[in-house]
Amino acid sequence: MNTTRRQFTLLAAGASIALMTPAHATPEKMQLAIDAFTGGKPVKEGRVKLDISLLVENGNSVPLNVLVDSPMTKDNHVTRIGLFNEKNPLPDVAIFNLTPRSGRAQIATRMRLNDTQFITAIAEMSDGTFFSAKSEVIVTMPACVEE
Amino acid sequence: MARALINVPAKPKRGEIIEIKTLMSHPMETGFRPGMDGQLIPRDIIEKFVCTYNGEVVFSALLHPAITANPFISFTTIATESGTLVFSWTDNKGETQVQTASIQVE
Repeated sequence: MNTTRRQFTLLAAGASIALMTPAHATPEKMQLAIDAFTGGKPVKEGRVKLDISLLVENGNSVPLNVLVDSPMTKDNHVTRIGLFNEKNPLPDVAIFNLTPRSGRAQIATRMRLNDTQFITAIAEMSDGTFFSAKSEVIVTMPACVEE
Repeated sequence: MARALINVPAKPKRGEIIEIKTLMSHPMETGFRPGMDGQLIPRDIIEKFVCTYNGEVVFSALLHPAITANPFISFTTIATESGTLVFSWTDNKGETQVQTASIQVE
């Protein structure tokens, strides 16, 4: 069967659209990663404080600090803190495992940001409930572009 | 792998909550970047960080490529007794680098 010029044009247009689909995480992919972290349980806002710059020039290294309001006793403590993003190549950033011996539910690290986006921090409590905080960061020069 | 910088308070009081800061020298290559030859540079990241305090795990973390090169991790623990803190970083090839720090609780 010969391909007509019209068919070829349509095919080429379709292929270019297929190639343009994002190779990075999307808010939907972030939600999937969050569901994998929580096991699909509901997440309430609050108790978590996510400290991150509102505007950064360089996305290669963005410091952040997470503090969760918790007494950190044996019966009532934070077991995990997960960090998620919307627009990096992968939606997961890191998961921190805490114990009652942490004393305080606080962690700090530095992350890469590929674009202006929302960062979400989710804390899992020892009773199996989840709390979250999110913050938008504007990035003027993203990570992952330079050599 | 290379060396790590670890900051543990020198002489904490018993029961005090101390902040421990760690900085590991590592490229954290994401596996998404093309190199000079146009081929993707293979992924090379630290995936797991564990801190034990006199043999008991007090903190651990799972890292993904979104963490910066030379990963910095800071966390807290209660200074319960004098002893040794052991820090280990494991990369995606399974190689583990271990560093220790001693702690003197007053």
